[in-house]
Amino acid sequence: MAILLQQVFENTGKVTFFTKRFFKAITTQSFELKEFLKQCYLLGYKAFPLVGITGFIMGLVLTLQSRPTMVKFGAEAMLPGMVALSLVKEVAPIVTALICAGKISSGIGAELGSMKVTEQIDAMEVSAINPFNYLVVTRILATTLMVPLLVVFADCIGMFGGYLAMNIHSNVKIYRYCSQILETTSFIDILPATIKTVFFGFFIGMIGCFKGFNAANGTESVGRAANSAVVSASLSIFIIDLIAVQLTDILFKS
Amino acid sequence: MNQQETIFLLPQAPKTDTTSDYAIDIKDLWKSFGKNEVLKGVELQAKAGENLVMLGKSGSGKSIIIKCLVGLLPVDKGVLKILDTDITGLSYAELNKIRLQVGFLFQNAALYDSMSVRENLSFPLQRHTKNITATEVKTAVSEALESVGLLEAIDKMPSELSGGMKKRVGLARTLILKPSIILYDEPTTGLDPITSREISELILEIQKKNNTTSLIITHDMACAKLTSDRIVMLNDGVIYTAGTYSELEQSKDEWVQSFFH
Repeated sequence: MAILLQQVFENTGKVTFFTKRFFKAITTQSFELKEFLKQCYLLGYKAFPLVGITGFIMGLVLTLQSRPTMVKFGAEAMLPGMVALSLVKEVAPIVTALICAGKISSGIGAELGSMKVTEQIDAMEVSAINPFNYLVVTRILATTLMVPLLVVFADCIGMFGGYLAMNIHSNVKIYRYCSQILETTSFIDILPATIKTVFFGFFIGMIGCFKGFNAANGTESVGRAANSAVVSASLSIFIIDLIAVQLTDILFKS
Repeated sequence: MNQQETIFLLPQAPKTDTTSDYAIDIKDLWKSFGKNEVLKGVELQAKAGENLVMLGKSGSGKSIIIKCLVGLLPVDKGVLKILDTDITGLSYAELNKIRLQVGFLFQNAALYDSMSVRENLSFPLQRHTKNITATEVKTAVSEALESVGLLEAIDKMPSELSGGMKKRVGLARTLILKPSIILYDEPTTGLDPITSREISELILEIQKKNNTTSLIITHDMACAKLTSDRIVMLNDGVIYTAGTYSELEQSKDEWVQSFFH
């Protein structure tokens, strides 16, 4: 138990120093724009198809499963608004973030871990290139920017899925569907949900980079870094979500 | 602009007032990992233009010495002078200026997996050479690859290269910044005898052509014989003995003999 506690404190300390180093680097080091754009493409753009398919299915399934209950209460007209609110506020951010934790965070963990094990990070260091600035800062900033965009994309695709699901059982015009969504959702619903996805993106990148950059020597540690990145990033997403919901409740209650 | 001119655009290493004949000067180097003391007062000097080979058992701390030399590992105690500059007290920016004067060939070449051979070579050059044009980069990359006899692999990915080819590309990447000192970490390990000899001959050729100072860590006695001007032997955290290959070959010391026979 004592050893476990010691490990928890040690890791917390290391993550804190890693985060501090990140913020110091973005304020003092030169910005690697080319690498940042490359990472936005590799980590974000390439995840669009997966997030799109998942978002579509989420919207479709959510509508199909909610419909019988809504019909029972005579509130079928409110179904688009309910689905949209569910997607925007919770389902799309959480599911997209979890997909990104699985795809992006593990990918970063494995990539940087492999670079560490094969001395590529050391090679960069001895070539007088700052590996933290080049590898870590760019990836964290890329995930911080791209995850919110992926969530917005998932929201839109999910609502489209919901529209198709509505039309399986009834004939709903697209403008009526959209106006129902716009009537139900407000800026206050979208803003906190979007802000929390920025934190999701930051932690997905940060945890992946931390695990990979601090991988021990040996190929086994690469797998461990990838696996540990997914678990830690997923857990952090739920914790951030819990905090975000509480804060939103306090700040936007009125 | 040719490759020779390119070097003048690189940031220059900080110079001190003192001058010595030694390109590498290590005094009283101590390094431990936890309770395990690996280096216990290493004293080592390499003259400018000298090929110095370091021998020692696996795990004796040879790689630790060269990693300390480029600041990859912090030292516990000691003075590490590279081109008359003690690197132990330098800031990160100052250390990076020194690093530009030092090439490092890693045991497994450490090529960047996500980049082609061309990108592996152009990456450090573009970052450290001001106002360099695409044509100049192309010429410098081609020249560096030609010097290791691997121009045909310019568009290949590291995964498509054999072990020997990787070492050559790693060497070309080291050479592209025209370092004054090159540190080789087991350059022939894992290679067949023919490729090992080719790499050893290449090390020798580079030293003669560019007058670089080389510190070569190896277990390959054929490589040591071919490349060394002088050999130092590390044992139990200190330099046990030093001399030329023929001097050490004739040594009566049992431990030294175990390496040569």
